[in-house]
Amino acid sequence: MSALLDLQNVSVAIGSAHLLDGVSLRLERGQTLGLVGESGSGKSLTAMAAMGLLPLIGGRVSAGTVRFDGQDLASLTDAQRRALRGRRIGFVTQNPMTALDPVQRIGAQIDVVSRLHLGLTKHAARARTLDLLTQLRIPEAAAVAEAWPHQLSGGMKQRIVIAMALAGDPELIVADEPTTALDVTVQAQIIQILAGLVREKGVALLLITHDMGVVAQICDRVAVLYAGRLAEEGPVAPIFAAPQHPYTAALINCIPQEGMARGTLRGIPGAVPSARQYPSGCRFHPRCVKATAECATHIPPLTQRGDGQAACLHLPEIAP
Amino acid sequence: MTAPMLQIEALTKRFQTGGGFLKRPRAMLAVRDVSLAIAKGEVVGVVGESGCGKSTLARLVLRLLEPSSGRVILDGTDLTSLGPSALRAARKRMAMVFQDPYSSLDPRFSVADVLTEPFTVQRRPLPPGQIAEMLTAVGLPPEMASSHPHQLSGGQRQRVGIARALALRPEFVVLDEPTASLDVSIQAQIIDLLAGLRDQMGLTYLFISHDLGLVRYFCDRIVVMYLGAVVEILPTADAQPRHPYTRALIDSGFTPDPTRRRAIAPLSGEIPSPFDLPPGCAFAGRCPHATDRCRTERPVLDATMHPTACFHPL
Repeated sequence: MSALLDLQNVSVAIGSAHLLDGVSLRLERGQTLGLVGESGSGKSLTAMAAMGLLPLIGGRVSAGTVRFDGQDLASLTDAQRRALRGRRIGFVTQNPMTALDPVQRIGAQIDVVSRLHLGLTKHAARARTLDLLTQLRIPEAAAVAEAWPHQLSGGMKQRIVIAMALAGDPELIVADEPTTALDVTVQAQIIQILAGLVREKGVALLLITHDMGVVAQICDRVAVLYAGRLAEEGPVAPIFAAPQHPYTAALINCIPQEGMARGTLRGIPGAVPSARQYPSGCRFHPRCVKATAECATHIPPLTQRGDGQAACLHLPEIAP
Repeated sequence: MTAPMLQIEALTKRFQTGGGFLKRPRAMLAVRDVSLAIAKGEVVGVVGESGCGKSTLARLVLRLLEPSSGRVILDGTDLTSLGPSALRAARKRMAMVFQDPYSSLDPRFSVADVLTEPFTVQRRPLPPGQIAEMLTAVGLPPEMASSHPHQLSGGQRQRVGIARALALRPEFVVLDEPTASLDVSIQAQIIDLLAGLRDQMGLTYLFISHDLGLVRYFCDRIVVMYLGAVVEILPTADAQPRHPYTRALIDSGFTPDPTRRRAIAPLSGEIPSPFDLPPGCAFAGRCPHATDRCRTERPVLDATMHPTACFHPL
C-alpha cells in the first residue's frame, strides 16, 4: 500500500543555501508522525515541502520527490496544488493569534473553506461550521461563529484554526508546533483534540513539536532532524527505549522527569549551526559525546535499524 | 530558625485600565494578598499559567513595580519603604534574569558594555579582569566581550543576561522564565549553569516558570499561583499535590515515555478574566470537585506545613 505522504530523499534550497539534505519520510492514513529537532533543524521546512508551499518563502525542492497519495507534487500545476491544500491537506499554524483575519467574523473565516473546496452553499457551509465547532467542544458554537477573533482566548483561537483545517475534510493534517503559544492546561486540550481526529476520523497527522513528551504520548512514529538531515526515524516505542542516534538520546535527556535528582539534567553543549556553516562529516559531531575523528570526515549513511533508520557512524550493536 | 532572606507580606497589586470620557475605569488584582518567606540558599519556584500574576510578583519583589499594599523585606530591610537612593543601594543585593534574552540586551551594547553597566549604575569601579572572569563563570569565552548581541545565539545571550545579573555579586536573584524562549537542549544547559552558580556563590533564587516539570526538578519549594493568588505551596519538589489545580497542572504534562501512555483528562475551560473574579474560589469553574461552597466562599491558605487554599483538598 502506498503511503499518503511520501518524501523521498528531499533536499530543499533557498537561493544558494542548502537547508534540507536528503530527508525521507512516510506517513500512512490514521497514523501520527512526530517531527522533532531543535530550532533551525529544518522541521518547518520539511512541512512546507510536504504541502508544496516552498515557493511562498522563495524556496524549492532541489532534489528528491514529494508524493501525496501517489502523486508527485512537482508534476502538478500551481492550481492543482492549491486545490490540494485546504481540501485534502489541512494546516494548523503555530501562532493562532496571527492566523486569523482580525476584521472578519469567526464563522465566515471557516465557512469560506468548505464553500471553496467542497462547493457548499452559504447555508450548508454554516451548518458544517457549527457542526465542526461543536465537535471541537466549543461551547455556544453559534455565538462563537458571530464573534470576532479578538474576543476569543488563545486556546479558543487555536480550535478555530483547527476547525478551518478540518473544514475541507482533509486526509492529512500538518500541525506546526500547534501548542507552543498556549498555556499548559490548554496545550493538553489541543493535543487531545488532534489525537482524537486521528483516532476517530482516520486522518494522518504530521505533528511538528519540540516536546518529546507529546511525541511519546500520541505519535506512532518519530523523525528526528538535525541541521537539515535526518538523524533517526522509526516507531516511537523502540526509539524511546533505545535511541540509536546520540542526538535522539540527548534530546530525550533534556526533559526534566519526575524523580530526577537535581544536577542530572544534561543539555546538549553548543548550538545548532546555521545553514551556511554546517560542519563537515556528521553535522552533529561537534556537539556529540560519541564523536571520533572519523565523524568529522565521513557523512554517516542512513542505516536500517529494526523498523526504522538512523544515520550515525557509531550505532550501537544490535542485540542478537 | 534564622530570619528569612526574603519576606513577602500580604503583597497586593491592583492595575487600573481604560477609563475616559463617560467610561468607567476597570480594575484588576494582578497579585492578591501573597505572603511568602524564602530562606538563604533556598530555590523557591513559582508556577502558574499566563495571567496568574507570577511575573508581576517577580517585579513587585524587586520593586520594579510599586505594590498597592503589603511589604517586601530583604534581609531585615523593608524595601517598600525605601527612598530612591537607599533603594538603589539595596538593589546591589538583588538582581533579575529576564525571560527574553532577545529584548533584554541593548542591541547597540557590546557584551563588555552590558557587563559594565551594573557598575556604572552603582557608581563602583570595575575591577580589572572582571569581565573575563564573569564570562568564564557563565561558560562563555572571554573573547566574546567585544561581540554584540546579534552575533550570539539565544543560549549565549541568556548566559550574558545571567552574567549581568551576577555582576555585583547579589545574594538574591529573581529568575523570570529564564529558559522559556530557548530550545529544550539549551534550557537544560542554562538550568545546569544556574544550579552550579547557586552552589558556588551561595545564591538564593526565586524561580518563575510555567513549566511544573522544570520547577519540580530545580526547586526546593514550589508556590502554585492561580489568578493572582497562591493556591498551594508544595513543601518539597516531590510532594503530592493537595490542590486540584496543581494536580491538573501535573496531569497536563506529557511524560516522555511511550510505555506509560495514559489518557489525559484535560481541564475544561480556561482561566476566567481577572477583571471579573468569581466570588468564591477562582478555580471553581474548572474544578472537578467544586461544590456550592466553592462558588460562594473564597478559600484561604491553611496554616499547615503544606499550605493549600481549598475546601476539598485531595
